[in-house]
Amino acid sequence: MTTVTMTVNGKTVSNEIEERTLLVHFLRDTLMLTGTHIGCDTSQCGACVVHVDGKAVKSCTMFAVQAHGRSVTTIEGLAEAGALHPVQAAFREHHGLQCGFCTPGMIMTAVDMIARGVAADRASIRRELEGNICRCTGYHNIVSAIEAAAKEMGA
Amino acid sequence: MITYPFAYQRAANLAEAEALLGANPEAKLLAGGQTLIPTMKQRLASPPLLIDISGLHELSGNRRDGERLVLGAALTHAEVAQSPEVRTLIPALAELASHIGDPAVRHLGTLGGSVANNDPAADYPAAVLGLNASVITTRREVPADKFFTGMFETMLAPDEILRAVAFPVPRRAAYAKFANPASRYAMVGVFVAQTTEGVRVAVTGAAPSVRRLPMMEKALEASFTPEAVAHIKIDADGMNEDLHGSAQYRAHLVTVMAKRAVAAALA
Repeated sequence: MTTVTMTVNGKTVSNEIEERTLLVHFLRDTLMLTGTHIGCDTSQCGACVVHVDGKAVKSCTMFAVQAHGRSVTTIEGLAEAGALHPVQAAFREHHGLQCGFCTPGMIMTAVDMIARGVAADRASIRRELEGNICRCTGYHNIVSAIEAAAKEMGA
Repeated sequence: MITYPFAYQRAANLAEAEALLGANPEAKLLAGGQTLIPTMKQRLASPPLLIDISGLHELSGNRRDGERLVLGAALTHAEVAQSPEVRTLIPALAELASHIGDPAVRHLGTLGGSVANNDPAADYPAAVLGLNASVITTRREVPADKFFTGMFETMLAPDEILRAVAFPVPRRAAYAKFANPASRYAMVGVFVAQTTEGVRVAVTGAAPSVRRLPMMEKALEASFTPEAVAHIKIDADGMNEDLHGSAQYRAHLVTVMAKRAVAAALA
């Protein structure tokens, strides 16, 4: 067992965990932040994408101890003061979700690509979504939502 | 999926990491973890100790060393892809890094991890071999021709740590990959470089380990054009064969990717 301390969605958390605890399990099972999903468990689907120090990573492919001392943002940390983040709002407006299972990872990936300034056109957005899989195959509207959010955010 | 239990220690510096590795022969180094963690989750590896070397300043950054660009082992694929120095001096290498895995994987996976693991379908080994780079470790500098010794095998001793890779700046170079649509690993990837010491061609994904293609190198020495390699048939004997493609298919792909790489290098 080991103690990890990190900032999650702006709050400092400190817990004693097993070393082998994956970041996604720490978020979901210890902190009860179940917005981050586990889809494939093999680093491919992207449902578990969160930001660590501002960068999108797959939380099923990182141990919680690796995030010690770092800052983590999950889907629960995006909305501020009850107002949806522009990317969340765009997903709602453009019907960017069907069953919704992949949505948290899609949105965290979208926020990351917009922040990096690589969501300039539909082809770039599709390429940046390589690591996120939607089993409803609703990509068209997901791309539309990200395109609209990028424009609104001035990226 | 969870891994077998293990102990975890973050190394304060390279010397400590080396000492820990020396004292624990079964331990594994953890940097980006993008190959190691999936392998541990499948319980195909059970290291009793993980030594975290991510963030060690001795492994980070890049520097110019004469005609070589020396890249720290801990540089992530995203960092290499975006590095102004790499994009200016060896754009083919930045391009290669920008197509490894997906954006989230590129934020964590490292140059050193990819090179030390020598996955038969990894991209970086093709660049290291194709550019005639040298691998710098905690105790020596090994030329690429000697570094990769077989499937998932390298010259690295169990307690030796890969510190950096020194890439000679080529006159021109390019990498063409036919990516597996699910994993983005190379079904076949060909790296072509025209250097002051001649042409080098390295292929990954096709065989159990990255290898050079002497016939193509000779043809490109005579004429650095796609046509020069277009009619070179690669023997399917010894090529990888799996559910994604037969040995014959991969052998054919090698020529196609070589043509594309030469065309890209000339573009």
